[in-house]
Amino acid sequence: MKALAPARLTPPAGPRVTRNVEKWLSIGILLLPALVIYTWMVILPVIRAAQFSLYSWNGLGPLTEFTGLGNFVAIMRDEVFRVALGNNLFIIALSLLVQLPLALGLAVLLQSRLAGRAVFRTVYFMPYVISEVIAAFIFRYIFRPEGGLINMVLGTFHITGPAWLADTHIVMYAVFVTLTWKYFGYHMVLYLAGLQGIPAELKEAAKIDGASSWETFRYVTLPLLAPTIRLTIYLSVIGSLQVFDLVWAMTRGGPVSASETMATYMYRAGFIKQQLGYGSALAIIIFLICFGFSLVYQHFAMRRDVEGAY
Amino acid sequence: MSRRKNPLHTLRAGVVLQFVLAVVCAAILLVPLGTSVLGGFKKNSELMMRPFGLPAVPQTQNYTNVLASHAFWRQLENSVFVMTLTTFGVVALAAMAAYVFARLQFRGRDVLYNFFTLGLMFPTAVAILPLYLTIRSAGMVDTYWGIILPQIGFGLPLTIIVLRGFFAQIPKEIEEAAAIDGASIMGMFFYIVLPIVRPALASMAVLVMVSSWNAFFWPLLVINSTEMYTLPLGVMQFSSQFGTDYGRVLAFVTLSMVPAIAFYLVAERQIVSGLTAGAMKG
Repeated sequence: MKALAPARLTPPAGPRVTRNVEKWLSIGILLLPALVIYTWMVILPVIRAAQFSLYSWNGLGPLTEFTGLGNFVAIMRDEVFRVALGNNLFIIALSLLVQLPLALGLAVLLQSRLAGRAVFRTVYFMPYVISEVIAAFIFRYIFRPEGGLINMVLGTFHITGPAWLADTHIVMYAVFVTLTWKYFGYHMVLYLAGLQGIPAELKEAAKIDGASSWETFRYVTLPLLAPTIRLTIYLSVIGSLQVFDLVWAMTRGGPVSASETMATYMYRAGFIKQQLGYGSALAIIIFLICFGFSLVYQHFAMRRDVEGAY
Repeated sequence: MSRRKNPLHTLRAGVVLQFVLAVVCAAILLVPLGTSVLGGFKKNSELMMRPFGLPAVPQTQNYTNVLASHAFWRQLENSVFVMTLTTFGVVALAAMAAYVFARLQFRGRDVLYNFFTLGLMFPTAVAILPLYLTIRSAGMVDTYWGIILPQIGFGLPLTIIVLRGFFAQIPKEIEEAAAIDGASIMGMFFYIVLPIVRPALASMAVLVMVSSWNAFFWPLLVINSTEMYTLPLGVMQFSSQFGTDYGRVLAFVTLSMVPAIAFYLVAERQIVSGLTAGAMKG
């Protein structure tokens, strides 16, 4: 009898156990590599950034100088941070007011029966695949005060163009032009996808009812495109809050921090001035702004779109 | 009078106007690229006089100089190497994880999935200082792995989310039939599910390729020796080294754009569909 007891504890034929073993083994093999690299390269560094932000630290030696929220208080009083934040907000504002409407306009243009529209789409989207460093170099060349294309064109109208990248009041406009050149195609592609989802019958019905093409756009197309527009606004804001490569390669945040963004300032603090605690606090602030924005935005603006997404 | 009232004429005028508008926009967009391509064909003396427009006599020496240089080919090779491993890493690991999240039931699955989606919230900038320390203490500064592993880590969340969506769309019946025939979980993943989602894998791969190819911020930190520079770092270095030797720099910039543009012209459909899927689902 005693010998039989353990035998009854293991399930009779065994397939369920082997199936369970196989399932967990498969889960382990399939999931662990991603989990390990992701945790190691993304999550742990983020946690450590939060930790560093509470210290004054130059990156060498142990973390000893605990300053609590000292770095954050200092950032709030930091003149350069205010300029950087202002520049990020400037990019957001112009992106929403100029870049997105431009992208939408061109998407609508490409959606109409236009000869060679596939070619136009290819051209409009092309800058997106070109690296920001290259875009920065070419635009630095074009924005040169002497012999740059922009000022030569202005010169033919007898206008003396400014020193675009050396003028603290103008540099951000030059940066924005370059950003728009590179990124509007991305939004245009999203709008095109959204426009494709609108049934042609609706537009035809509006036309039969006597609506002008503007009215059709305003009262049929635009409302139906609203989820896509909300999405591009979201992506545009998040992207604008994180701008780094292009600014760094184009101006290094200069002249005198006039084109500094939060990310370039963080890079400067952390890697050039070796203030890792201060830099980490800046990083955490960038994160909190992005996170706060997406919570609020998704809650109020995108909730209807997210529901039923799966 | 009758001309203006004829709807066909207004329609045609509208179409012509649209076409002209489209051409003008395309021209404005292409000017920077054209400037770079043509500039490479000019001597500096000509660039001073006529920096824009067609070269009087095309000079090929800027281009041949770059093509004959060791640095350009070396950087091209480095970029290709980093891009290949990054792309393979992201797509392979993400597909494996996405399959688990889409198909296998187990305790803690949703928590783990949310753990991955959390990654979308972190701009690379947030983690970059401690990530650098991580890479430094792992002895990976100035190595290709020092670029590749972080790129994989940051590429995973979005790719997992998108691929999980694609896996979930596959009818379960296919796998149920395979299970009755005795297929294992791994077998189903490799031989049934992966082939079905190949187009989605291609789209995501192409997306990772573009972002890895253009990556600048992170390689700038990790790579010190010029021998290991990728092309974006090369452009930066070349343009500061040769400063106002614009013809030469423009030739270098143009040539370093060629692979990306050629690739784009071939894979435009995948890039666009990958981006759209990524934006909509992320």
